[in-house]
Amino acid sequence: MRSNWKRLKAIDRRGFLAAAGLTAACTTANKPAADDEPPSELGAQVSAYGERSKYETAKRLVPDLKRPQIGSTTTPLADTEGIITPSSLHFERHHAGVPEIDPAKHTLLIHGLVDRPTVFNLDELKRLPSVSRIHFVECSGNSGREWKAPGGGDVQKGFGLASCSEWTGVPVRLLLEEAGVQKGAKWMLAEGADACKLFRSLPLDKVIKDGLVVYAQNGEAIRPAQGYPLRLLVPGYEGNTNVKWLRQLKVVDQPYMAKDETSKYTDLMPDGKARIFTLVMDAKSVITHPSGGRKLSGPGFHEIRGLAWTGRGRIEKVEVSVDGGKVWKPAELQEPRLPMAFTRFRMAWEWDGQPLEIMSRATDESGYVQPSREELTQARGMNSNYHYNGIKAWKITATGEVQSV
Amino acid sequence: MFRAIVCSVVFAAALFAQSPKYKVGHAATPAEISEKDIFVSPDGKGLPPGKGTAAEGKAVYERRCARCHGADGKGKEEAALVGGQGTLATPKPLKTVGSYWPHATTVFDYIHRAMPFDNPGLLTKDQEYAVVALILHWNGIIGENDVMDAASLPKVKMPNRDGFIADTRPDTGRKSGKK
Repeated sequence: MRSNWKRLKAIDRRGFLAAAGLTAACTTANKPAADDEPPSELGAQVSAYGERSKYETAKRLVPDLKRPQIGSTTTPLADTEGIITPSSLHFERHHAGVPEIDPAKHTLLIHGLVDRPTVFNLDELKRLPSVSRIHFVECSGNSGREWKAPGGGDVQKGFGLASCSEWTGVPVRLLLEEAGVQKGAKWMLAEGADACKLFRSLPLDKVIKDGLVVYAQNGEAIRPAQGYPLRLLVPGYEGNTNVKWLRQLKVVDQPYMAKDETSKYTDLMPDGKARIFTLVMDAKSVITHPSGGRKLSGPGFHEIRGLAWTGRGRIEKVEVSVDGGKVWKPAELQEPRLPMAFTRFRMAWEWDGQPLEIMSRATDESGYVQPSREELTQARGMNSNYHYNGIKAWKITATGEVQSV
Repeated sequence: MFRAIVCSVVFAAALFAQSPKYKVGHAATPAEISEKDIFVSPDGKGLPPGKGTAAEGKAVYERRCARCHGADGKGKEEAALVGGQGTLATPKPLKTVGSYWPHATTVFDYIHRAMPFDNPGLLTKDQEYAVVALILHWNGIIGENDVMDAASLPKVKMPNRDGFIADTRPDTGRKSGKK
């Protein structure tokens, strides 16, 4: 600070031309500062809405799309830590683009087999008792390319249709208590306010047990790409059922066989029959560090890190193998381990510089063990598209390159 | 088929005949419900008045559908609607309305709610029934002059009507022995 004062005095005394010369002299004459020395001048101004550092570049992968409104982007899971996905990096899957919705005009209609069909506006929903829960959302098409052949690049390309957030809203159960469910009610239709008015049929029991109508994600309003101003959250169920831009819930007696639960999101078996209402997401895990497309700096200590999740409750155990699947050792699980949420796992590791394969295997509290690709394709063939959750191996070469295998 | 799910309606039963506790929100008016309630069930609930035949659907299809789905429904920029029967158990299954969709009512529901994709709501109900009839006719499911309406559409038996089975997962992964 003192040198700044001197400079100001110098400008005052000797005038503009001299000052310009002095500034030039200062920048060259100062002894080279250490790289991490604090700046000698004031930093950036305060700001109304935060930005990340300009040095941070992780972003969603936006593929080439026939229509940029329809398709998906993936979360850079290898660049996230802990269990929360920043809202700005939450994966997207849109079937008819992101609608622009004025929250003052948006309402939620609850009707069908109920005693009191009711309309709620946003303010009214926010008046009701609220809950916050941390849950993953995973598209059932995540890792779908692995059905045809193992490989496929990196964590983002292969696993990035999964993200985890803290969601805040009103339990579906509470809303249905207000409306009064009638006898014969077995399913619920949930419809969004996008251009295709996407809807799904959901077993009423599940949405009453776990379902939430949410208006906030990670402490602020849900992002438009995630359903602003309202989305249905069905923890543990495939991503498509978590209907965005939610505008109505209709209680009914039967599934309505929507286009997106018959022609899509059904799993074709080798005999030509297709499984329908394959809603639960099975247990899955992936090592995010080291992972495909990255490079280890050299032999020595590295922490193996990864994520595990299951639609059937909590993750009970994650095992890691660093010898291609011969020996498995339990990884450390970071608390909290929440039901139907990402669980972070870690393992200390010394790399001896030899080529090898690393992989992880999750077990959930139902006792289900994440299968190998061989087990999956034996059970379901190669054409089921959805719900791939096979064990993922990364190959590390002698030079530290990490490749997908 | 859905027995496993339907039989466990335990949570819903607890909500029968509940009285409202918070009294937030307002009672939906019939107009507020009918404006949004366009759902069509496989047994035909929600199908609106109107009718059409494949013959009547051709002009509408050429004008509003062919650009994306091809002149004969076999796909272009967007999905094929026609063909694929007999391919589901092969290495290259072709899923179309004719080969895969289990209910004709779904075709009406989707066209009515979402088509034409860049301008949904453009067609009249008669035009929608006519386009549905055309797609079914091209797939060899109904005749060219069969009238599709709220009564006849749910009775159409789709070729893959019995092609769907319940979810039997977990079907892989040895159990760890717990629970």
